[in-house]
Amino acid sequence: MNGADTRTDPERDPGLQPERTRLAWRRTTLSGTVSAVLAAKTALHGGPSPASLVVCALCCALWLGFLLVAHRRIRTLTSAGSASALAPRHATAAVLCTVAMAVCGAALVL
Amino acid sequence: MIGFVQNVRLWFAPQEVRREGNTPDYRFSLANERTFLAWLRTALALIGGGFAVDQFLPDLRWGWRVGLALALLAAGVLCSLRAVNHWVRCERAMRRGEDLPVSRFPALLSLVVAVVAVAMVVVVLVRWEG
Repeated sequence: MNGADTRTDPERDPGLQPERTRLAWRRTTLSGTVSAVLAAKTALHGGPSPASLVVCALCCALWLGFLLVAHRRIRTLTSAGSASALAPRHATAAVLCTVAMAVCGAALVL
Repeated sequence: MIGFVQNVRLWFAPQEVRREGNTPDYRFSLANERTFLAWLRTALALIGGGFAVDQFLPDLRWGWRVGLALALLAAGVLCSLRAVNHWVRCERAMRRGEDLPVSRFPALLSLVVAVVAVAMVVVVLVRWEG
């Protein structure tokens, strides 16, 4: 057993790494929620107008999109035995939600 | 710049990242993912700060308020794009067994935050005096 490769050993204990990563996703969704709430407050500040309602709905949709990405990743991490790394597509989706929210913010501020 | 464009292609093509090198220990990939998420939280905090400046500093002159808010939002965008780019670079370096990429970005962001903090102190002091 001396030369056992840790990469392919199915008996290897993953430790708390998936748990920690799951919590990191959870923290990130909380940050996203705070940003989304602030965005909604900014959008509805000067009274509801059609444009601000659209931007507010867009921010809510982006927030839901981010939650969906996080939820799928968390489910993958908690399901036992599936040792898969984060797919670039999901990372990009999460980042694009963030960037789009910033763009909405710029539109609201101006 | 060309390297950045090539990385952008990788963001959307998971199979191409997986094509080269060996799969690293699962734990390293997860650590890389957590770092990515930490940067994403930083970006979200900057964006939230941009909204907060716009909402909670109504006495500030329009130019300052909008300028500061836009600067924070832009910093958030930069930070999030850089997060995914750095994550892809680290993932690829681990697969190839190379050194992890070095980055000037953390130092740059710290300097920007420090400058903004000093500017806020000056603004508060000036208004307190006047």
